[in-house]
Amino acid sequence: MTKVPDSEQRVKFYQTGTFTVGNRLLDEAQRTVQASVERANSLDSGHRACQGCGEALGARYVVDAALRAADDQLIAANATGCLEVFTTPYPESAWRLPWIHSLFGNAPAVGAGIAAALRARGREDVRVIAQGGDGGTTDIGMGCLSGVFERNDDVLYVCYNNQAYMNTGVQRSSQTPPAARTATTTVAGSEPGNELNSGKSVPLIAMAHGIPYVATASVNDLHDLEYKVVKAMGFRGARYLEVFVPCPLGWGSRPADTIKVARLATQCGMFPLIEAEYGELTAVTRIRDRRPVEEYLKLQRRFAHVFAPENAHQLEALREIAERNIRRFNLLPNEEAAP
Amino acid sequence: MSIDSAKTPFAVTLDVGGSLLNKTGSWRSERPVYVDRLPPCNHACPAGEDIQGWLYHAEEGDYRGAWESLIANNPLPAIMGRACYHPCQQACNRAQLDQAVNIHAVERYLGDLALEEQWPAQIVNPPSGKRVLVIGAGPSGLSAAYHLARLGHSVEIHEAGPLPGGMMRFGIPRYRLPREVVDGEVQRIVNMGVELQLNRRVDDIPKALEDGGFDACFVAIGAHIAKRVDIPGPDAARIVDAVSFLRDMETGDAPLQLGRRVVVYGGGNTAVDVARTAKRLGAEPMIVYRRSRSQMPAHDFEIDEALEEGIVVNWLRTITESDQQGFKIEKMTLDENGWPQPTGEFETIEADSLVLALGQNVDQSILTNLPGVTLNRDGVVEVGADMATAFAGVFAGGDMVPAERTVTVAVGHGKKAARNIDAYLRGETYRPLPKSEVANFETLNTWYYTDAEQKMQPVLDAARRRSTFEEVHTGLDADSALFEARRCLSCGNCFECDNCYGICPDNAITKLGAGKRFEFKYDYCKGCGMCVAECPCGAIVMTPEAT
Amino acid sequence: MLQQIEGSAAVAQAVATCRPEVIAAYPITPQTHIVEGLGDMVKRGLVGNCQFLNVESEFGAMSVCIGSSATGARTYTATSSQGMLFMMEAVYNASGMGLPIVMTVGNRAIGPPINIWNDWSDSMAARDAAWIQLFVEDNQQAADVHVQAFRLAEAASLPVMVCMDGFILTHAYTRVDVPEQAQVDSFLPVFEPRQLLDPAAPITMGAMVGPEAFAEVRFLAHYKQLEALDLIPRHAAEFEAIFDRDSGGLLKSFDAEDKDTVVVSMGSVIGTLKSVLTDMRQDGSSIGLLSIRSYRPFPKQQLSDALANARRVIVFEKCLAVGMGGILAADVRMALANLSIPIYSVIGGLGGRPITQDNLRRMLDKGVQDQLEEPHFHDLNVEVVHRELERLRDIQRPGSSAESILRDIAGADAAARGSR
Repeated sequence: MTKVPDSEQRVKFYQTGTFTVGNRLLDEAQRTVQASVERANSLDSGHRACQGCGEALGARYVVDAALRAADDQLIAANATGCLEVFTTPYPESAWRLPWIHSLFGNAPAVGAGIAAALRARGREDVRVIAQGGDGGTTDIGMGCLSGVFERNDDVLYVCYNNQAYMNTGVQRSSQTPPAARTATTTVAGSEPGNELNSGKSVPLIAMAHGIPYVATASVNDLHDLEYKVVKAMGFRGARYLEVFVPCPLGWGSRPADTIKVARLATQCGMFPLIEAEYGELTAVTRIRDRRPVEEYLKLQRRFAHVFAPENAHQLEALREIAERNIRRFNLLPNEEAAP
Repeated sequence: MSIDSAKTPFAVTLDVGGSLLNKTGSWRSERPVYVDRLPPCNHACPAGEDIQGWLYHAEEGDYRGAWESLIANNPLPAIMGRACYHPCQQACNRAQLDQAVNIHAVERYLGDLALEEQWPAQIVNPPSGKRVLVIGAGPSGLSAAYHLARLGHSVEIHEAGPLPGGMMRFGIPRYRLPREVVDGEVQRIVNMGVELQLNRRVDDIPKALEDGGFDACFVAIGAHIAKRVDIPGPDAARIVDAVSFLRDMETGDAPLQLGRRVVVYGGGNTAVDVARTAKRLGAEPMIVYRRSRSQMPAHDFEIDEALEEGIVVNWLRTITESDQQGFKIEKMTLDENGWPQPTGEFETIEADSLVLALGQNVDQSILTNLPGVTLNRDGVVEVGADMATAFAGVFAGGDMVPAERTVTVAVGHGKKAARNIDAYLRGETYRPLPKSEVANFETLNTWYYTDAEQKMQPVLDAARRRSTFEEVHTGLDADSALFEARRCLSCGNCFECDNCYGICPDNAITKLGAGKRFEFKYDYCKGCGMCVAECPCGAIVMTPEAT
Repeated sequence: MLQQIEGSAAVAQAVATCRPEVIAAYPITPQTHIVEGLGDMVKRGLVGNCQFLNVESEFGAMSVCIGSSATGARTYTATSSQGMLFMMEAVYNASGMGLPIVMTVGNRAIGPPINIWNDWSDSMAARDAAWIQLFVEDNQQAADVHVQAFRLAEAASLPVMVCMDGFILTHAYTRVDVPEQAQVDSFLPVFEPRQLLDPAAPITMGAMVGPEAFAEVRFLAHYKQLEALDLIPRHAAEFEAIFDRDSGGLLKSFDAEDKDTVVVSMGSVIGTLKSVLTDMRQDGSSIGLLSIRSYRPFPKQQLSDALANARRVIVFEKCLAVGMGGILAADVRMALANLSIPIYSVIGGLGGRPITQDNLRRMLDKGVQDQLEEPHFHDLNVEVVHRELERLRDIQRPGSSAESILRDIAGADAAARGSR
């Protein structure tokens, strides 16, 4: 059965800015981690992410929430990628928790190693998070990721999905949506942009491993995101959280629109927010104020060509993806989830 | 196990938090700046209320704070919460989301609570030693008296009538405004030390000023001379005017012998008030108006309520003459400009009496010995933007000056005049703060607000309304009032939602704590503009960097 | 305790006595028996609270080791051949971050053609990965050197490979005095990491370093290895004091002093060479043997000192730098650059080709007469090579360099046949 997350229900009467980061009308304990002056700022100022970077924001959201959930007893492993490069250029680190970067494709395994060491040393009070972008996670890191999943290592893996290899200059990944322009799927030829019918859903793959918890979240909905981080931290074993993080540079969107773009992605159905436990879908975050896919696409230059008359089929294909998501996960309000 | 960082590998392993040395603020070409925009409700309020300001307190359940914030501008919230036509709600941005915030009802809730709790009004300035005469105890005069008293001046009100309240008492029927509410709010002003002298008509202002040793005067005698129209016929006695009718309702001076069938001639709120009052007296009133419904000056909801109560309205009709049975009326048609034109078709309405509700004029006798002060073409007294007449020290407001004739406008005039009089008494000129840009709907990011339907005030059953002067609209209960207050979007003004603080990818915002809002850390702000885009209430703007 | 035991089992037991805390295991022949043995011991609860992870690849194995070691756990894994290549990115990473992981390399050839048998191609592929590489000659050393490897890794804060010849050692049943727990405990202190992922004292590991400091990072890696040149013999001496066995060290001379000819090699072939050289000395040759036990860091000075009086050096190795020649030989030549003596490079035993006393004797007899071509491909079947080159002659025209090597080996082969 689909259920509304507790975090939403609790604040129902507090209309004024119910979905904002904070809410002076709520008890301190019910406010978000990000609303607190005591938040860890695990990813601190002075990092070198681009203006309006969704990943920088998403990472701080997740790690701060995880730190609070773990009572500050947290270690992070990080894949190579933007998040690593913009946070730790010698001699300045932007991180405020024990953090290790090893390689592009091995963050899940490094996390597993940390967890194993903690267990061996009787320090299971210390929790482990491993994180990376979509390339590091779903492409080059897929083997290690699957290993962590099937062994049920006690690691929360967080994939910050910005749908391409941004650090290397916006090349296609397995998460690049159909028709999207990247440096390796240029707007040329009869099928401009990325191939239709390509890509994969790693949350569904994660679910197929039967791990304790899988969820998707987005930087546009902090309450939903923090709720999922806290929930994930409540489990032992392998957990997977995929966070939707727009990349202004790679997507050709305005830096100021990062959250708006993320919001529209969920509002149009392109990025479903789901939760699963032990391989079974347990909840979806229903779309609030559904918007047409076009509204989402129009904010991003990587999709500009799909509005050309000759590429109408591409636009249609993208619409179908959203429709399929909405159908498959029962994303519209007032509909019961499929049994 | 402790680790000596001197032993860790050079460059590969770093101490945490070193990025603070990297001042990314240098990347910025535009900087975000916090602003306070003018909320549309405040902008629309003729009384100049800081509606959003008092709702902010009410949202927290701090009703005393809310009420005190409210009466800083308007001394009559219980009255206004009933009698005001709440233009604030027409302007409310929330109307574009679901429905406007029911500001009116929350105001009434606060006003009633204050009366119930007998919260006193505060005098904020020490005594000035100046004396001000206020002529007329209507909404404008009461408002001026209150604000002047609040500012430390000594105030006397000279009211020609037997009771204070002006049109609030003699114009607005009690089913819309119970008299104990009027009495309660007037008493609170009197309790501030304002001297209210009833049955004291002023005919010669300069003389009154001199006799009483007043330093300035605010005149607000209203407009209570009914406009008449010549309707030929044998029995002029059956024709009365609305002002007299409604006043007699209050004073009980004259018998109300209108008969069973009453025709009310006019299309304004007064016409509707008269018809609804007559209905409650057991008559069968019919409103006759020469233009169409959409052109009626009366408020839509008042017409609807009248129709609910069984009042007949005849649009596009003029009354041409009266006879023994009733009145002869001519059908009208609208020309291409929307003006009514006679059709030559006539019909007769059987009726016992006719009430003329065609508007009111100002009593000219007030101009005696005020050289330079004149009535304009519309028959009202010309005043400047500072509410001053051409006679030094004499200010005027309310229905007697050019403006919409509502209680709210009158209250606003009183406040404005009081501030100008205060400056005048100090030999200064009052300079209002420049108004900020209005926070229109486009400046908001409404995703962050939950859908929340407006809480309607309970309405008395139509059947009971036909026979009783009980208040038609009752107040919100405490929960609903709180709920309504919390529907406020806080347009244009920070309500400390923490969005900017939370969504900044660069942690470039300091949260200063409750009530202190936020501060940008320009050392780190890269100028991405996300805080502007995600501020729900439009209280941040981007401005170009100087260099 | 003295046992007749498979080399892999001896290593497994020795590693277990080192109280490893995390072991990452991925099967690849010929190291597999080691992790099998450890897995079994862990499962039986014989290795304390050790975590044994069956990982999904060698890349995963080394990555788990990186995370584990960075979190202060004594960490072990093993690999061979293709597995080494598959984990190579992580191999470099482990040393770059100074993580004291110990890894057994069951030395095996690298394909194609796929070949499971012994040579040193895998270790040599990781030669420049900034790991310490210790070669062992027999299974006693294999067991002992693992104990020393943990001590060294943790003292130097560097990862260590213990290189043992696949099958020849890993699968050989020999008598091994497996280190006793109490003795190991007295030799190997508790792991005190130099850096640690610890919420109580957060650090950032694995920063990005640009041109402004990269050269210094690399120099310091080199410097750290040179420091190990002092640690290795010191540890070997301490080990000997406790265990009463000569294991480890930088290099080992077997009658190499003041000999005209010194053979230099590593690993299990040392044993075979010892027999051959004993025979040759009995036959009157002035010939000795030097075993390199620490290949990285390479004991240049110690080698130079040991060979100061030699008149020729023959380097025998089981690996080939294709397009260049002997890898160990190049290192020896660099170490002996101050000596003007011939240094012969002999490449043999590739892909498990048997190295026999006979064929070694034939090769060395030529060597002592300065008749080895450069480089010498030991026991190469020249006929096969000729046939294949003949077949290809019609479709390609080899350049003069390639022709000349062929002439060299043809001549050498003819000479060898003639001398038989």
